[in-house]
Amino acid sequence: MTAAVTIRIQEADFDIAQEISALTKGRTDIGAVVSFSGICRGSEGSETIAALTLEHYPEMAEAEIARHAETAMSRWPLTGLSVIHRVGRIVPGENIVLVLTASQHRQAAFQAAEFLMDYLKANAPFWKREESADGTSWVEARYHDDAAAARWTKS
Amino acid sequence: MKLKYFAWVRERVGKSEETVEPPASVRTVDDLIGWLAGRGEAYAHAFETPRVIRAAIDHAHVKPDTMIAGAREIAFFPPMTGG
Repeated sequence: MTAAVTIRIQEADFDIAQEISALTKGRTDIGAVVSFSGICRGSEGSETIAALTLEHYPEMAEAEIARHAETAMSRWPLTGLSVIHRVGRIVPGENIVLVLTASQHRQAAFQAAEFLMDYLKANAPFWKREESADGTSWVEARYHDDAAAARWTKS
Repeated sequence: MKLKYFAWVRERVGKSEETVEPPASVRTVDDLIGWLAGRGEAYAHAFETPRVIRAAIDHAHVKPDTMIAGAREIAFFPPMTGG
């Protein structure tokens, strides 16, 4: 089984349909594609968010996502995987991240997509800065993101 | 060795990277954080709560007790908030 792996970090937006088509084109061994998109929210609690600016550690971000992709490939029978993470200024309603997982059957694709997102949130070197009416501030990490990543190491 | 700083660690230190030669007594990541914190007010502010600082050696996450010998690039940053 061969698997196509795409990892991109970019300022530009992405087109989900186009990315799915790139993953499945010419293949007859894919029975399921799961797509997760992370989108910039316009509010956090009672606070209105004007925009997010994403900073990253370029060399490490690529390496870290590649490590997680490899782990996902070794854990589930995937036939393809794409991770696209945007950086720079992103306004509410815009895409931030895309994870696509392809497999012969849906279960592996669902689980691998969730695993990848949990790991990316806790381990990939990206940081969000929030713009609101009160000025700008760094988004604080959430404990439950670490907990979500940790549950995949059990058993 | 080359040091890199990201997000609010970068802002507090006031630079995104630098090259340093810590003394031989600085052996672990934790030692390095302690040594950096003594380099002036900006560093003291950036590293005032060591337990929240995350570190990476040559692009891979490391724990505070990791030895720094042989490291080419060490990065310090707050917990990650991507995705």
